[in-house]
Amino acid sequence: MPNGLLILCIALLGVLGWFAGSARANRSIRDKKAQLHSRPPYHGASVLLWTMLPSLALVLAWLVIEPIVINRAVYNSLPEPVRAESPAVRTLTMGTIEAVGRGLRSLTPAEIADARAGKADMVQLLQGKGIAIAAAPRPFMINAALLQNAMADTSRLLLTATGLGLAALGFMFGLARVTPKRRARNGVERVMLIGLGAASMVAILTTAGIVLSMLFESLHFFGHVAPQDFFFGTVWDPRFSAAGKAGGAEGQFGLLPLLWGTGYISIVALSVAVPVGLFSAIFMSEYASKTVRTVVKPLLEILAGIPTIVYGFFALVTFGPFIRDLGASVGLGISATSVLTAGFIMGVMLIPFVSSLSDDIINAVPQSLRDGSYGLGATKSETIKRVVLPAALPGIVGAILLAASRAIGETMIVVLAAGIAANLTLNPFEPVTTITVKIVSQLTGDLEFNSPQTLVAFALGLTLFVVTLALNIYALYIVRKYREQYE
Amino acid sequence: MAVTALPAPASRVKPSSTEIVKSGIRRRYAAERRFRLYGILAVAFGLTFLVILFTNIIARGYTSFLQSSFRLEVYLDPAVIDPSGAREENALLMADYNALAAEALMKALKLDPKSRADERAATGLLSQNADTAIRNYVLKNPGEIGKTVGMWVLATANADSVMKDVFDRTVPEARRKLSDRQLALIDRASAEGILKLRFNTGLFTYGASSQPETAGVGVALVGSFFMMMTVLLLAVPLGVMAAVYLEEFASRNRLTDLIEVNINNLAAVPSIVFGILGLAIFINLFGLPRSASLVGGLVLALMTLPTVIIATRAAIGAVPPSIREAALGVGASKMQAVTHHVLPLAFPGILTGTIIGVAKALGETAPLLMIGMVAFVVEFPKTPLEPATALPVQIYMWATAAERGFVERTSGATIILLVFLAVMNLIAVILRRRFERRW
Repeated sequence: MPNGLLILCIALLGVLGWFAGSARANRSIRDKKAQLHSRPPYHGASVLLWTMLPSLALVLAWLVIEPIVINRAVYNSLPEPVRAESPAVRTLTMGTIEAVGRGLRSLTPAEIADARAGKADMVQLLQGKGIAIAAAPRPFMINAALLQNAMADTSRLLLTATGLGLAALGFMFGLARVTPKRRARNGVERVMLIGLGAASMVAILTTAGIVLSMLFESLHFFGHVAPQDFFFGTVWDPRFSAAGKAGGAEGQFGLLPLLWGTGYISIVALSVAVPVGLFSAIFMSEYASKTVRTVVKPLLEILAGIPTIVYGFFALVTFGPFIRDLGASVGLGISATSVLTAGFIMGVMLIPFVSSLSDDIINAVPQSLRDGSYGLGATKSETIKRVVLPAALPGIVGAILLAASRAIGETMIVVLAAGIAANLTLNPFEPVTTITVKIVSQLTGDLEFNSPQTLVAFALGLTLFVVTLALNIYALYIVRKYREQYE
Repeated sequence: MAVTALPAPASRVKPSSTEIVKSGIRRRYAAERRFRLYGILAVAFGLTFLVILFTNIIARGYTSFLQSSFRLEVYLDPAVIDPSGAREENALLMADYNALAAEALMKALKLDPKSRADERAATGLLSQNADTAIRNYVLKNPGEIGKTVGMWVLATANADSVMKDVFDRTVPEARRKLSDRQLALIDRASAEGILKLRFNTGLFTYGASSQPETAGVGVALVGSFFMMMTVLLLAVPLGVMAAVYLEEFASRNRLTDLIEVNINNLAAVPSIVFGILGLAIFINLFGLPRSASLVGGLVLALMTLPTVIIATRAAIGAVPPSIREAALGVGASKMQAVTHHVLPLAFPGILTGTIIGVAKALGETAPLLMIGMVAFVVEFPKTPLEPATALPVQIYMWATAAERGFVERTSGATIILLVFLAVMNLIAVILRRRFERRW
């Protein structure tokens, strides 16, 4: 039975269990001698859970373990010299066996016998069935494929039998437990609570997945390239490695030019976003009337809702050429993709991040501080400069740090507007490149997966993750601490 | 005393304290006005940029909703389409429809069918899609073979740019993509109404193409739709469940603190990192196919999860405790109080937060690049496991394409994306207005 159908059958049995359970609960109190502890639907749900949970758990575990077991058995059946080949060849062999195995299912027994005896060409036979394999399978591959198919068939049969059997058992057990006194609700609610708790674990799992996946591949990468060459290297020149050419660690993977580019663009972006964002926040929280505020604030926040690819495209086709022409008209050589282009556009994108957070923080400063200042005869701007801003400073720093972490992790604007050459330059009119740009360029395209050229992207990703994580944690800590101060 | 003993003339030389204050007030009020002006300038800067961005994109992109087509009376010549007369499907598929299109175009432009130069010039204006259009028509209506049918056939992107007045005619002929003869043909055809700008349905229905005139966001729309569904089906239930647990059931301990820190951080992790996660876990470890919209949806769901959790927690937290206490008071269990009373009341808030989160996810490009969605996909995907692209990725691919005609398409796709996001956000705002409840 195919997996989908099996799961559907179990689910149907479960729904059946629901109705049977609630019906039985209703029937159990027909003589009015006893009262139900739980409402009938809870009894139904209890039967449903008994039916579905154990059997689905079994099916899931089976589906995870089955391919591992079969793979090992097939691998062990291979002749000794084949098993001694290099890992890359071995992967290829197993892949061919799998393809042949799929192909064999569409052949008649007579054709298989022919192929094994070497009378018919396997490649042609399979091509006739619409399955393409790269090279003619060697004889042992056909045997292995046959073994694989036989094992898969047996496993499928066993799984169907045990899965449905367990579901039926659960059904009967659950149904037998339906009595008026049974505390079905408590049981069902406990399962629900476990489900809710499990859902909240997904956040931890995601973080763990991010860290572990990048850590393993990064360690892989540091097997090819020494960590000090990565972290302190000043030349980024990863050399293109063509697929099939293993190794090839001649490239240089210096992080510093990328880190410099990332930092430089972020600084330019922040020097646009911080003054504009901060003054907008001050204007809207201290000066603007309520009507202006309700109109302007959402409008500014649109800037944060525009997808970054749109900013990138704008920088690429409009702003970059505009800056270049502007520079040319005053005799400055500005390239269309440059620190300035990417940084300025990114700064515009960050304005609402700075302004809404600062706005919240400025609003959280107690009115009594302002009133005290006014009472001493200070003007509004003096109050803001000497009282409100110093009081709000830690929170504003937090907001700026959050914006910085955005700027460092931003991808599409820099991919389109910053350039791809890894330069260590101070000139804001020249192109530089960033960590995110290099992650994109190393991981898109047909690179061999185990080469340092591809693996370096994971090391870059890990660096990026650690840097932004540190910024985020620190910024959130500041913001939260500050909020509590006046509450 | 010292003050009274002060000599009178000195006070005339030195300005009185009132004067000091008065002159200071002028200075301070000027500073006040300046400060206020900075604020106005900052807001104006943001708003101006917003206006520039939108007008720029609309000005560049609105023409992409129009596309030039030739009105051709095509004679479906049985001798060309189906010489055997057997109406065999293979024969119909392989026939030389280009010849039919060229013939019809020559006739429409009243050119001498014998002139090779004219023919070359004219057929150079027809899109490569012309034969596909006629073939599809014939395959659908085999009965029409032998008749003359009128149909609209796409012109090339170059001819299209002439029609939209963006073609630079001052460039010397040798370096131009269209010859003088072709320009004259276009002018004449357009004057006679044979060549017209019509609404560009192809922009919404075509997949990837190397020709700008037959490139569309159809496949990307389908891919984005599949991803949106995956996000809704995964992130919303999981997010709501997690939020309910954290807000209503979890006791404050190290584990829940860890979960909270995690959620807050995940909300600020760069999106490209989620793409790397998807590549390492879903593709390399689980063996899901590259470029599949299911993988894209999974990655976006993980990204959206923190947003949903945070929005749901806020919505649940806004439900006053009296509701819970009343439910508990009439004998409901904690779980019943939450599922029967708190959640329905928090539903509008959850919905709003979810829509905003999904809209944000739909605009994401970087993580999708990591999982190989930068693919040249012509065929419409039927399931989420088949290769697809997404709307923002399509914009990225067109933005980096060399052909000039793609700039207009890119802006067009951007407009579609922005309209899409605007509609979703508008729905969220309307729902909030409609169902918002103050306690």
